[in-house]
Amino acid sequence: MSAVTDTHAADHHDAHGPAKGFTRWLFTTNHKDIGAMYLIFSFAMFLLGGAMAMVIRAELFQPGMQMVEPAFFNQMTTMHGLIMVFGAVMPAFVGLANYMIPLMIGAPDMALPRMNNWSFWLLPAAFLLLVSTLFMEGGAPNFGWTFYAPLSTEYGPPSTTYFIFAVHIMGISSIMGAINVIATIINLRAPGMTLMKMPLFVWTWLITAFLLIAVMPVLAGVVTMMLMDIHFGTSFFNAAGGGDPVLFQHLFWFFGHPEVYIMILPAFGIVSAIIPAFSRKRLFGYTSMVYATGAIAVLSFFVWAHHMFVVGLPLQAELFFMYATMIIAVPTGVKIFNWISTMFRGSLSFETPMLFAVAFVILFTVGGLSGVMLAIAPADFQYHDTYFVVAHFHYVLVPGAIFGIFAAVYYWLPKWTGHMYNEMLGKTHFWMSFIGMNLAFFPMHFVGLAGMPRRYADYPLQFANFNMISSIGAFMFGVTQLLLLYIVIKTIRGGKKAPAKPWDGAEGLEWDLPSPLPYHTFAKPPTVQ
Amino acid sequence: MSVQALRTGALAVAGLAPASAIAESEWGVNLPYGVTPISQSIYDIHMVVFWICVAIGVGVFLAMFWSIFAYRKSKGAKAAHFHENTTVEVIWTVVPLLILIGMAVPATQTLVKMYDTSDAELDVKITGYQWRWRYEYIEEEIDFFSNPTTPTAQRTGASEKGPNYLMEVDNHLVLPANRKVRFLITANDVIHSWWVNDFGVKQDAIPGFVNEAWAIVKEPGIYRGLCAELCGQGHAFMPIVVEVLPEDEYDEWMAEQIRETHGDSAAEGDDGEVPVATLNQGN
Repeated sequence: MSAVTDTHAADHHDAHGPAKGFTRWLFTTNHKDIGAMYLIFSFAMFLLGGAMAMVIRAELFQPGMQMVEPAFFNQMTTMHGLIMVFGAVMPAFVGLANYMIPLMIGAPDMALPRMNNWSFWLLPAAFLLLVSTLFMEGGAPNFGWTFYAPLSTEYGPPSTTYFIFAVHIMGISSIMGAINVIATIINLRAPGMTLMKMPLFVWTWLITAFLLIAVMPVLAGVVTMMLMDIHFGTSFFNAAGGGDPVLFQHLFWFFGHPEVYIMILPAFGIVSAIIPAFSRKRLFGYTSMVYATGAIAVLSFFVWAHHMFVVGLPLQAELFFMYATMIIAVPTGVKIFNWISTMFRGSLSFETPMLFAVAFVILFTVGGLSGVMLAIAPADFQYHDTYFVVAHFHYVLVPGAIFGIFAAVYYWLPKWTGHMYNEMLGKTHFWMSFIGMNLAFFPMHFVGLAGMPRRYADYPLQFANFNMISSIGAFMFGVTQLLLLYIVIKTIRGGKKAPAKPWDGAEGLEWDLPSPLPYHTFAKPPTVQ
Repeated sequence: MSVQALRTGALAVAGLAPASAIAESEWGVNLPYGVTPISQSIYDIHMVVFWICVAIGVGVFLAMFWSIFAYRKSKGAKAAHFHENTTVEVIWTVVPLLILIGMAVPATQTLVKMYDTSDAELDVKITGYQWRWRYEYIEEEIDFFSNPTTPTAQRTGASEKGPNYLMEVDNHLVLPANRKVRFLITANDVIHSWWVNDFGVKQDAIPGFVNEAWAIVKEPGIYRGLCAELCGQGHAFMPIVVEVLPEDEYDEWMAEQIRETHGDSAAEGDDGEVPVATLNQGN
């Protein structure tokens, strides 16, 4: 081992590229390689989770049972949620963090590169375990991505144990990823890169990483308690044994609500880079953006029971969680107002990243406003567990988290590949996604208010029309994502050469580096004024 | 149905929906106003908050669209240099806070009312099972299951779907109009949720716990509801049907039930004082 290290040290100053072949990817400790692998993995999971959504929408195209049995339908909704949350959105943000944070703060790599490799390679293992449950006797988990006990414990399929281990492995991966982000940001900033000079993507990820470290152990704890209930005779969540099914929900949502912000805060950071770049104007209210992000993160720990307004909480608890939840609208509103003020009196152009970023602000506002409605506890007695909730969180997650990721990919793709993507195709991808997504999710507000509960394999006739529109929109959105795959592959393989700074309004250290990026960057830290 | 459904799909693709299509099919887009004081105050709050949200949304989007159209680089816009203003930051922190307080006040009042289950004239225990509901009139000792009745053939498409597809049961929950009914809600196996949106009542049915809710229904009629918490593969197939009768008809119905269940003597009051007393209370 020491011999290897010595050799490595000897030619350290030579420019050396990646190892050849398969081992490059297996053993790599390079943040760009690992970032790319995270992004590829998350896109594969996005397509898999999306395929499941297509099954769901095909079944709901008309009332009646056409395509699948209700038991399999429940497996699809469960796996769709788990794969999209833990397989698509979270790893995509970790990938972007890996790729971009060292470039943005002038660091040579992540602080803990070997751990970085491990935290990535745990993910394919975890998802192999999770997806394999589809082929097991009794089928995959079928109790919703929220896996409420006792449906998941006493009444779950045998594959629940595999699901638990998969969640453990994902949790370890996430925690290590978060530790790495924090260690990198705290220790590896270039001289002069003070905290309040960091790009907002770095700030939002720093805060996200703390959220991850705080709540992933809670998730690990709750699934471990499930494991004990299933196999070792405990009764944490079994009322007949003196346990409490509601305790499960408190624990789950103590994880689950900060998790929601884990999936949106990095997107806030991305949009805060892209909107100023294409408005050719500095971000309005940088300091208040940082504080607002911090405020959202802190508040996210005090609002979990707004997911549980109908479980029979005492009145005082309902009031507390209603007020706390409503307050989150304040810092979130500050962010939206700041983005709009950034655009106001700028010099705007609308390349694909900007289109996705603007759509993010508009549609996230829609999701945020339905969030305010959901926070009103008495009204939530009608909204809870209906398609209104499904509409709300898809408006936050699809044009929120996922459009944020798309915007980031188009924004930094020239930097990563050295080629410009095809702008016409990019815009086509945007408009198809935008129309498909609104067609899919906007009618869900209506069926939800009219009374359609979520997670229904079949539904009464009065919900038929809007469900059909939703399905058509979902198919359109789903098929469009293959275009993204085509655009990215095409850009990797060739295209117009990208300059070091393809966007004239862009700011940040990453644009000082050549495109495509050399394998190693910032071996000597840059100086930041 | 499928012809209508196909047409709806075609319309959706074309992006237009002629008024005739809207008129003849169900396009429910909002909460029902409902038939209880609670459902009606929920509806009022919902509409107030909704319109406030619409107003905020319109304001935000107007500012945004103005920026998008007026400050295009292609039209020669030059970027200004401002990037900070403490005054506006304070304004757009404080104003939303005040709006939220305005929303919180009526919400709190309604919630307090919803939690006041005292002075009920009738107690009904509701138990969720995989996949049906059980109703017990506690003092009257009437107890029955309510099973879904939609035939499988309608689900698979072998026969035409009825108007109450997936919303029909064998035994209705029968309630009196204009009396305060308290629901005691629990479950036998997994968590279910008993929801009748016309009543503004949705309460999780949790094994080992008894949750409370209440309703005073003003108008007699048939009201339909659905299970609102994922409870397994029959989740979509355990509907709720509540039949609300005028008070005198309800009393007759209840007397009949008591006679059937406990024999004639019970109805005459020999050993049935408790139920009869309860019935009289409401008159």
